[in-house]
Amino acid sequence: MLEIAALSVAVSIVATLAAAVVAIPAALWIVHGRSAARTVVLALFGAGLGLPPVAVGLAVAFTFWRSGPLGWVDLLYTPTAMAIAQTIIVVPLIGTLAVISLRTSDDTLAMQLAALSVPRRARFYLIAREVAPGFAAAILAGFGRAVAEVGAAQMTGGNIEGQTRVLTTATMLAVGKGEFGEAFSYVAVLLGIMAVAAGVALTLQRRWA
Amino acid sequence: MRSYLRPLTLVAALGLGLLAPLEPAAAEPSVILATTTSTQDTGLLDVLVPAFEKASGLQVKTIAVGTGAALAMGDRGDADVLLVHAPAAEEAYMAKGRGLERALVMHNAFIVVGPSNDPAHVRGSATAQAAFGAIARAQALFVSRGDDSGTNIKELALWKAAGADAAGPWYVKTGSGMADTLHVASQKGAYTLTDDGTFLSQRATLSLVPLVEDAKDLRNVYHVIVVKPVANRVSNQAGGEAFARFVTSADGQRIIAAYGHEKFGRPLFVPDAGKAE
Repeated sequence: MLEIAALSVAVSIVATLAAAVVAIPAALWIVHGRSAARTVVLALFGAGLGLPPVAVGLAVAFTFWRSGPLGWVDLLYTPTAMAIAQTIIVVPLIGTLAVISLRTSDDTLAMQLAALSVPRRARFYLIAREVAPGFAAAILAGFGRAVAEVGAAQMTGGNIEGQTRVLTTATMLAVGKGEFGEAFSYVAVLLGIMAVAAGVALTLQRRWA
Repeated sequence: MRSYLRPLTLVAALGLGLLAPLEPAAAEPSVILATTTSTQDTGLLDVLVPAFEKASGLQVKTIAVGTGAALAMGDRGDADVLLVHAPAAEEAYMAKGRGLERALVMHNAFIVVGPSNDPAHVRGSATAQAAFGAIARAQALFVSRGDDSGTNIKELALWKAAGADAAGPWYVKTGSGMADTLHVASQKGAYTLTDDGTFLSQRATLSLVPLVEDAKDLRNVYHVIVVKPVANRVSNQAGGEAFARFVTSADGQRIIAAYGHEKFGRPLFVPDAGKAE
């Protein structure tokens, strides 16, 4: 149980961080950049919000099957393959939420600071402090989606005991075996992880505010 | 305003490297075993696979799918070794030249289960074929796997043998594994065909009873097949061969013979390696 829960958390944290380092710069670019392509990326994020995890799982599995285009890297049924799928699932969510938080919080502050001729370094710090809670909320939501997802985890990980079994796929298997008590205990741990993550995010937001 | 974009781009580049440490580079690809949901749901693989890993030092990735899907994985070279139970489909697979060797491993039995009030009066039928004919005539609710698994292939063959047309509102397909399908049948008060191992392992949570057992048309035979690798693709033929040797060895057969005593009071599978087909 500990191993399964730890792998769930590890894979989803890696996927969420990887998604954040793609999605947050993209969100900053969408809000502050000048290229016309910004609208296209934002629309793609919007569309990606509804992307079914099974579709992503299938695409990633197809790519990494031994008979697929990247079969030679031998990554299918590994935590890395699961993290890649989860990253793709989570990028649009973090990106969209980060754009929303930037648009609602940061416009007037940036202009005010510029008008007051606040030094660049201080301006960066003040703006970062302003937008950080929004980003934290976006990242938490991303983690929630990653850790709770089952379709892509099953397809890209294969639910292999001791290697790629995570809380959601273990739950499915326990139900399949008729071990309902075991299934409920996995779900309880999953809810516990979400509660801890929400608590961490709240604490961070409060400290910044 | 754009000044803070640059450090973030740097962080982005660094962050992509985060994925790397999750995966230690393996010297040799692990052995991919494609098998059926019934071997996983009974729990047999939970003892058989670790014993093989310990004996061989190899790492196995077990993917539990239906027999049809397992054979398709072998066909594409997406697995190294198969443990499956649909003899006719397996023979077609071997005839295509996609298998290096095929050996008998074990059998258990299929059984016809259903609600205890038995609306189609199949209890005590001499053959499954007769029972299926009675179910079709009564249009009694029947739940099918509908997933091209070994059990599903067997079921379709039984309808054909009974001369019955398995279609209509009384015939429900789940598209799920054996245990899930049993639970659906239990909830709906329907008949279904199951391997006795999965049924025994689930029985405590089901309101179904065995109605036809020990019929000669209900034998469920498992073979192991070593997949012929596809040129220029990752594979582990030696690992697949080692697994096939292990499950048919004295040690492997002993594990199969013993499995189930502790939990269910009787073995779930009968070892058959080396016996005539």
